Amino acid sequence: MADAKRPPVQVARPLSPHLQIYRWQVPMLTSILTRITGHALIAGVVLGVWWLLAAATSEAYFATANAVATSWFGDLVFTGSLWAVWYHYLAGLRHLYYDAGKGLDIPTAEKLGWACIIGSVVLTVITILLVR
Amino acid sequence: MRYITPRKRAEGRGAAHHGTEHHWSMTVSAVGLAFLVPVWLYVFGRALGQSREAVVQTFGSPFPAILTALLLVVGMRHFAMGATTMIEDYARGTARKMLIIFVISLAWVIAATGLFALARMAL
Repeated sequence: MADAKRPPVQVARPLSPHLQIYRWQVPMLTSILTRITGHALIAGVVLGVWWLLAAATSEAYFATANAVATSWFGDLVFTGSLWAVWYHYLAGLRHLYYDAGKGLDIPTAEKLGWACIIGSVVLTVITILLVR
Repeated sequence: MRYITPRKRAEGRGAAHHGTEHHWSMTVSAVGLAFLVPVWLYVFGRALGQSREAVVQTFGSPFPAILTALLLVVGMRHFAMGATTMIEDYARGTARKMLIIFVISLAWVIAATGLFALARMAL
């Protein structure tokens, strides 16, 4: 080929950056958080069900499980789970809204993302105040 | 020879080959949980930190018991299906199969344990 010795022409193609160097944006953060919170909730569920089982079983067993559930560790798990469940809740509602084909333009999607983040914190605080 | 048009065979089935069943099931359980979760959080949060007697009395009465039973069944089903989707995204081959079997089993074990505890407190 006559052109073989010519330097390769640089074409400015759009590059797809790897996730690790991609600038974090609200929609991608709120999307992956939905998955993370949904799965992390299993910790709170296991602790809660164990606590219920202990309450149903005996006084001694409940004393053990209740000590764990109301310790700093239990507070950490349940408070974290409370935020996680509210986050997953709002993100789930957002998912249903997206599924209806609405809110998919970038400004609205970003606003909905912030609504999930801020709303989950607000609802967590309200719940703690309500049940304490 | 198939007596069915390609359009008819493909319609609504998508890449997963079983249509939108999984997605629809998640939608239904999500809407169910949207009603169950806030009420249950209040009931559970109120009971947490109380004496065993009070806890047994709460979860032994009809409304909290039925609510918790529904939350366990619907919630654990929702979890098992969501976890299956996640595993399908990140794992392949035998690891994928084993992990999926594990999370589905875990979900049923948790649901059964919770239902047993409820039955014991209510009856």
